[in-house]
Amino acid sequence: MTIKKLTPEELLGLDKFVVDEEEPHILLDKTICAKCMDKPCLVVCPAVLYTVKDGEMNFDYAGCLECGTCRVICKDKGIVRWTYPRGTFGVAFRNG
Amino acid sequence: MSEEEKFDAIIIGAGPAGAACAYVLAKEGKNVILIERGATAGEKNVTGGRLYTYAMELVEPGLYKQAPMQRKVVREQIMMMSANSAITIDYGNYDFGTEIPQSFNVLRAPFDEWFAAQAEEQGAMLACGILVEDLIERDGKIIGVRAGDDEIYANVVIAADGVNSLIAQKAGLRDDISVHAVAVGAKEIIELPRNVIEDRFNLTGDEGAARMLVGGTDGVLGGGFMYTNSNSISLGVVLSPEDLARQGKKIHDILQDLKMHPAIYSLIKDGTTVEYGAHLVPEIGFSGIPKKLYRDGLVVVGDAAGMCMNTGTILRGIDLAIVSGVAAARAIIANEGASDVGAAYMQQLEQLQLLPTMRLYGKYHELLGNARMISTYPNMANEIMKMMFSVDGTLPKRIDKAMLGIVKKHVTFGQIVADGWKGFKATT
Repeated sequence: MTIKKLTPEELLGLDKFVVDEEEPHILLDKTICAKCMDKPCLVVCPAVLYTVKDGEMNFDYAGCLECGTCRVICKDKGIVRWTYPRGTFGVAFRNG
Repeated sequence: MSEEEKFDAIIIGAGPAGAACAYVLAKEGKNVILIERGATAGEKNVTGGRLYTYAMELVEPGLYKQAPMQRKVVREQIMMMSANSAITIDYGNYDFGTEIPQSFNVLRAPFDEWFAAQAEEQGAMLACGILVEDLIERDGKIIGVRAGDDEIYANVVIAADGVNSLIAQKAGLRDDISVHAVAVGAKEIIELPRNVIEDRFNLTGDEGAARMLVGGTDGVLGGGFMYTNSNSISLGVVLSPEDLARQGKKIHDILQDLKMHPAIYSLIKDGTTVEYGAHLVPEIGFSGIPKKLYRDGLVVVGDAAGMCMNTGTILRGIDLAIVSGVAAARAIIANEGASDVGAAYMQQLEQLQLLPTMRLYGKYHELLGNARMISTYPNMANEIMKMMFSVDGTLPKRIDKAMLGIVKKHVTFGQIVADGWKGFKATT
C-alpha cells in the first residue's frame, strides 16, 4: 500500500467497533446546538462525527473514539449526556 | 455483594495506574478488584507513546523485561518543521537501554493487557467489560461502586479511570474539565517491515527512536510525534482544541497533511495505516492537578489526577500514572484497614518525586502554549538554514546581516526578549 490522505470514514473503517444499538452514550439536544454559533465540535472531533445537515446538527456515535474532546469544548451544553459506552461496547483498539 | 464481604480496594480502570496499584496491593496479599470497561484491558487506551522503565522498577524489579515492549529508545529526535523543509536534531545514546533501560516505545493495547494480567497473577481479581457508573457514598465517605445492578464495596476506591475521570467528578474532586487544560491527540499506526523502520531511522535490532515534531501543525498550538514500534510507526499530533476551534481547522486534516510533508512522507512511504486512535491529554502539568486528590474512601491516580507533563523535549504520562498507582498502593498498605489514606498517598507522591518533578516543570506549558514557539521560531530556523546552505552564484549577503534580516522578518526585538524572559522564568 501507499501512504495517502485518508478520509475520516476510511480511517474509522480500520478500527474495530462494537456498537451498542440500544443505548447511545452521547446525546444532543439539537435545539441547543441550533442556537450555538461557533459549533466547535465540527472541527475538534478527531473522527469528524459532528456534521450539520440541512441546518440540523447530526452526530453519529457509532464511530466514536471516546476521547472526550466534544464534551470539553461544548460551551452551550448541547451535549446533554456524555458517558462512556456500556461495558464491552464502543471502540476496541488493537494497538492503542 | 454485601457490605460485610468488602474488598480492601476497588480500582476503577485497568490502565497503567490501575494495574500498578493492583499489582502492588495483590502482591502484599490485599483483596483487590480491578474493574475495566473494555472487553480486555488496554482496548480503550491510546498513547504516543513511550514508557520510562524506572516506574516499572517501582512495581517489581525486572518485570519490564517480560513486558511486550516495542523498541528501546536510543535515538532522541526533535524535528523543527516549516512548510517544505525541516531541521532534525538527532541525539543517539547507545547506553540507553543497556544498564538501566531508559524508555521503550509501547503500544497500549498489548502493554495494558499484559500488565493487568500480571496483577491478576499476583492475586488481583480482574473484571473486564464492566463500566462503573457511580460511587456509593455514606456519611460523607465513599464505600463502594455501582455498576449496573451490582454494588461492590471496599475500604478504599481508587479512581484510575483516565483523563475524563467521570468518577473524580462524581466524587466532587474535579469540576468539568476546562478546555485549556487538555489537548486532543490523534494518531495513525502505520505498518512497515521491521528492517525498513531500522534503515529509515538508523536503528539496529530492537533499538528505537522517539521524535518530537515542532511546527507542522498548520499554525495550530500543539505539536506532533513519531515513535518507532517493532513493525509500525506511531505518527500523531497533539493539539489545543480551543485553538483548533478558534482557527476552524480539523485535527483530522492536520494529521493527513502532516503525513504528506516531504520530511515525514519519506519515513512512512509504502506503509499501511492499520489503526486510527484519538485521546485527550492533560496539558497544563502541575496546575492541571485537582486541588484535592482524595477524600475519605477514595484516591485519584494517573491521568484522572492530571498527571502528565510536557517538558518541551519529552512527554511523560504513563510513568507518572504507574508511580501514582504505586503511591496509592503503598498508602493503603501502610494504613491497614483504613479508608482515609489520602494524606499518606500525598506523602508518597512527594517521596517518589512525582509532585516535586511536576512542580519543577510547572510553568512549561505557558512557554509551549505560545504561537511563536510552534510556528514563528521553526519557520525562522528553517529560513536561516536555507540561507546558510543555498548557493545560487550571486554575491551572498554577509552572514550576520543576512541572519539579522531573517530574524527581523519573523519577530520583533521585544518578542525575543519577552519569550527569552518567559523561558528563563519557566526554567528557574
